[in-house]
Amino acid sequence: MNIIVCIKQVMDPEAPPANFKIDPINNRMIALPSVELVVDPYAEYAIEAALKVKDVMGGKVTAISLGPNQVRDIVKKPLAMGADELILLEDTAFAEGDSWSTAYALAMAIKKIGSYDLIFCGRESSDWNAGQIGLGIAEILGLPSITLATKIEILGTKAIVKKVTDDGYEVVEVSLPVVITVSNEIGSPRYQTLKGVIAAAKKEPIIWKPTDIGVKMEQIGALGRRIKLIRLFQPVYEGKCEIVKGETPEEAALNLFQKLREAKIL
Amino acid sequence: MVEYRGLMVYCEVKEGKLTALAIELLGYGRKLADELGQELSAVLIGSNIRTLSQKPIIFGADKVYVVDSTLFKDYQTDSYVFAMEKVVKQVMPRILLLGQSSIGRDLAPRLAFRLCTAVITDCVELTIDAESKQLLQTKPVYGGNARATFTCESYPQMATVRAKTMSPPEPDVSRQGEVINIDVDLVLSAIRTKVLEKVSEEIAGVRLEDAKVVVCGGRGIGGSEGFRQLEGLAKLLKGAVGATRPPCDNGWVPTGIQVGLTGKIITPDVYIGVALSGSSQHLSGCSGAKNIIAINKDPNANIFNVAQFGVVGDWRMVLPAFIKTLSDEKNNCV
Repeated sequence: MNIIVCIKQVMDPEAPPANFKIDPINNRMIALPSVELVVDPYAEYAIEAALKVKDVMGGKVTAISLGPNQVRDIVKKPLAMGADELILLEDTAFAEGDSWSTAYALAMAIKKIGSYDLIFCGRESSDWNAGQIGLGIAEILGLPSITLATKIEILGTKAIVKKVTDDGYEVVEVSLPVVITVSNEIGSPRYQTLKGVIAAAKKEPIIWKPTDIGVKMEQIGALGRRIKLIRLFQPVYEGKCEIVKGETPEEAALNLFQKLREAKIL
Repeated sequence: MVEYRGLMVYCEVKEGKLTALAIELLGYGRKLADELGQELSAVLIGSNIRTLSQKPIIFGADKVYVVDSTLFKDYQTDSYVFAMEKVVKQVMPRILLLGQSSIGRDLAPRLAFRLCTAVITDCVELTIDAESKQLLQTKPVYGGNARATFTCESYPQMATVRAKTMSPPEPDVSRQGEVINIDVDLVLSAIRTKVLEKVSEEIAGVRLEDAKVVVCGGRGIGGSEGFRQLEGLAKLLKGAVGATRPPCDNGWVPTGIQVGLTGKIITPDVYIGVALSGSSQHLSGCSGAKNIIAINKDPNANIFNVAQFGVVGDWRMVLPAFIKTLSDEKNNCV
């Protein structure tokens, strides 16, 4: 099995909301020193899905990450979890892309890898929350796609995939190769093992520049964008919460109840 | 030059009915079409759905394109993208709206790539720019920690729209419109997936998305036992129970009751958040509630920034007393 998994380095999305501050002039999120960079948690589920298939079927897992200034200790996480190879599409020309230009560059890199049975992506990224990369790669490479997978089983040249629907789930059969986006129900991403961390420390990522993957420069990064960001802003909350007090928690509960009755909320 | 005109809504059909989100989209589409002074069309895809073809007209459509064949019995990416591609290339709408449902999330991006345009997913606000007449699309980003407004200069301008962004339009049975059947010459072998099993996991009681009152629990509830108490309160208030992501990830509650960016979107009259911090990704799913009430022992919890009423305290002490007061009152009334 040749398995590819697309990952991304992002600002820790679990950081408290107060850590997210916008530079309104440049329409950018400010990278405060208090916010750590991490592998996107959505992508970690994709890594887990890839490793689960490898556990059963054997084979090779290659992680690909696109972006400028990727911190090695962070983007090496898939290697520490059990992936075999890491490819970085690292160049300022890849930066500031949208779903189209990012999916295009990733698809061209996957084409260069050449041999693949399964391509995994997170269901979306935790910064732009678009949820388009996996489908875009599939469309560009002409592959079938399945979104929001929670379980994957390989049977010969086919995959049996369980996926989330709005009110339950579906089990879908698909021929390989296929692009699969992964939902959190796949199970918690495994911890890095000591062996994995040592292997990751020794392993250098492969760096590919735009010329290495044969992309048209005007189609990648900011130049290749099809959508224009007009404004990035934060909704203002009124922040007028009335804290209901009491001598004891029980009394506070009683007072809350009365307040809600008075305000005709309950 | 061919001109892209009009607004098109993809109407999802489920169990022989338009989904609630499809009806909301027709209302939104009607409003935008009127602003542009252009037509609103709807697309229905499925098997045996001709009986539904008047429904989109009642809710605001001028034209309905129907793709009806047994090949479309189940939603499958390959077949539905193929059908939509054909309809869009024939009709050439300026704007195409889909719902941000599990189907819309799957269909819209692939269709956008196929049509060499772009889609903005999960929009919560759509407006027409007064000068350029371009569609401005606003969506939550950074897990709800910010919002971004985008525009796309290729056509059709596509958006998936989040549920409950707008209240559904009133039906008007006197409205007239045209129904156009479209034949799609799809061969079965072009569909590379096969649906083996389809399971609906409806949770007993009031549906979370429809509930007037929702009691939501977070990481601080500590386990499935604690959620029994929340269920007790929800039952007294004829409401439903929801959860943030950690209780779902930990298996305390089914994942289907997760409220937030990657879960359900709810707009109840009353939302009671218990032992949850109010992460942006969770608030993304419930900030449309009319009244937000919070119980949390941390006075700095973010949930208090959006709540109208709150109690700072341990839910284990506060909630039983609250439930008791409520049930005592109920008993006295009988």
